[in-house]
Amino acid sequence: MGVARGHPSDTVNVLIGSSMLENYLPVLIFLGIASVLGAALVSLGFVFGPRRPDSEKLSPYECGFEAFESARMKFDVRYYLVAILFIIFDLEIAFLFPWAVSLDASGMAGMVAMAVFLLILVVGFIYEWKKGALEWD
Amino acid sequence: MEFLTGLWNGLGEGLQRSIIITLQIVAIMLPLILSVAYLTLAERKVIGYIQNRIGPNRVGFKGLLQPFADVIKLLVKEIVVPAQSNRFLFVIAPLLSIIPALATWAVMPVSPEFVLADINAGVLYVLALTSLGVYGVILAGWASNSKYALLGAMRSAAQIVAYEIAMGFALVGVLMASGSLNLGEIVRAQEGSVLNWFWLPLLPLFLIYFISGVAETNRAPFDVAEGESEIVAGFHVEYSGMAFAVFFLAEYANIILISALTATFFLGGWLSPFQGVPGLGDTFLGASSFFWFALKTSFFLFCFLWFRATFPRYRYDQIMRLGWKVFIPITIVWLFVEGVLIVFDVAPWFD
Amino acid sequence: MFQTILFYVFAAVLVGSALGVITSRNPVHAVLFLVLAFVTSAFLWMLLEAEFLAIVLVLVYVGAVMVLFLFVVMMLDINVEAVRGGFVRYAPLGLGILAAVVVMLALLAWQKTQELNFLAPPAPAPASYDNTEVLGSVLYTQYLYPFELAAIILLVAIVAAIALTHRRRAGLKQQDVARQVAVKAADRVRIVKMPAEGQE
Repeated sequence: MGVARGHPSDTVNVLIGSSMLENYLPVLIFLGIASVLGAALVSLGFVFGPRRPDSEKLSPYECGFEAFESARMKFDVRYYLVAILFIIFDLEIAFLFPWAVSLDASGMAGMVAMAVFLLILVVGFIYEWKKGALEWD
Repeated sequence: MEFLTGLWNGLGEGLQRSIIITLQIVAIMLPLILSVAYLTLAERKVIGYIQNRIGPNRVGFKGLLQPFADVIKLLVKEIVVPAQSNRFLFVIAPLLSIIPALATWAVMPVSPEFVLADINAGVLYVLALTSLGVYGVILAGWASNSKYALLGAMRSAAQIVAYEIAMGFALVGVLMASGSLNLGEIVRAQEGSVLNWFWLPLLPLFLIYFISGVAETNRAPFDVAEGESEIVAGFHVEYSGMAFAVFFLAEYANIILISALTATFFLGGWLSPFQGVPGLGDTFLGASSFFWFALKTSFFLFCFLWFRATFPRYRYDQIMRLGWKVFIPITIVWLFVEGVLIVFDVAPWFD
Repeated sequence: MFQTILFYVFAAVLVGSALGVITSRNPVHAVLFLVLAFVTSAFLWMLLEAEFLAIVLVLVYVGAVMVLFLFVVMMLDINVEAVRGGFVRYAPLGLGILAAVVVMLALLAWQKTQELNFLAPPAPAPASYDNTEVLGSVLYTQYLYPFELAAIILLVAIVAAIALTHRRRAGLKQQDVARQVAVKAADRVRIVKMPAEGQE
């Protein structure tokens, strides 16, 4: 944290994390402060806002109509398919990240390894496309 | 004064660090929240002028106090918790969308001298945290137990995940070019001149990243999740008062985040565009500073507003088609091209 | 010291949320407890300096896998009471499996501690240590074969997901962009000359 590494003004500073983990301390504190801030804002709303509930106000909004049947309906299976495909592509990205930063070191061998990996998955992508799994209407 | 310094020295190094970090976080968060406030005003003003109106001009000089009036109004409004909702999740959902929107700023290199958390896996951290934003949306939609909210949440979630993949692939291109996951290192890898910034060698990825960012934040023209003419307001239709305000804050914080990230990854972050121009070397214009970072971020913020004022809304099938069938193939092809350029050390960018 | 405290705090939250997963009546709550469990395990991995794995755990499991779980649990109206019905019947089997797992874990832990007892704990990694780069330097060369196998497994997953869930529905209206762009004005509008009428 503090002074960015390698900068000319990089002086000896107690604030620079000396180990990898210490660099994550600000992240941890930031997550804490962000949660506190969010909780504080919502509770402020409960403190300052009035509280006058009535049955009409508390019913789900449906353009003025009486709500009919439960809102928790079954959804089209395509949403699940999209979620599954998303997981697979997310994993691919997770594999690409370390490859991208070490490409300089692994050179041609790394390039060929990833080309094969991606080609296999592009086959899957083409299958998906041709089967119409990506079609919406 | 002496008492205070004595107190300070008695705290011990760990506590001293924690307090300084906390102050630095406040120094990031306060300007950020102020920017959110004025982004909402800027949005109404810019769209107003684009549509030949003048926008809000009543509260304060030329409407400059409007955001504060809005906040006070939201503060004293009732937070309606619908009777059939899941109360706990209903209240927790806004928190789940604001926490990642704010916490991602921990790794943002805002100027050459200052980055709060100089972590080596910065880009991964950014991607992981932005992928958490979808929880707030899904839970809000489900906990409300309202049809519009649920429809909006499902649309929004499927759209966010589709564009997250395109964004991830575009980031891989940035990593290949810079060879580092550290955001500060990525900025430094673009040093040289305007032509060395990554927007030029990675032009397709740059455009895809920014457009996906617009889609990720559910902004026009990708705002079917909100779709006020069909599903009223989407996932937050049942929210009111400060609970709604927190969603609003998260949305705008995310807009600023996407703009700042695009500036960092593709337009050289805090680097000056006049770097290397003779005669300007150490003047204000030639030096890298927070000013340039803010200016580039503002440019993308303006684009967000400009898009909203000019483009008609996409249909849902068009959005999914653009994400899956256009952006993902283009990014994969460009990664191949870039890989070949890097392996063969093609000048001037990859030597 | 501070790290030890953090470890116990996160470990306690992890155990608590894992208990929440199996005890909560509402399946959505159970999924959210599981999310919390994943996030705290990511914190624990981070304490072990496994930077890349910790963040990827959040990215893949929390950001993607649990989203699918939420989709399924929210929309499928699972009847929890019916599932709980067989509790007494399955309890002996469950306890047996639990006992076996505990014994195996204890044996493994005991053996490992015997091996590692004389080693000093590793020194904390310096700030410049880049976990991701170290991983990348071996994954695509030394472990090339398992890496490509992973691609095959993912391909199988794509094919399986589509084969199991995808049904082409009749009467689907789709946009064909190429045809839209290729359309000429003459294909759509026919201008017909007609004599003017009605004035006289």
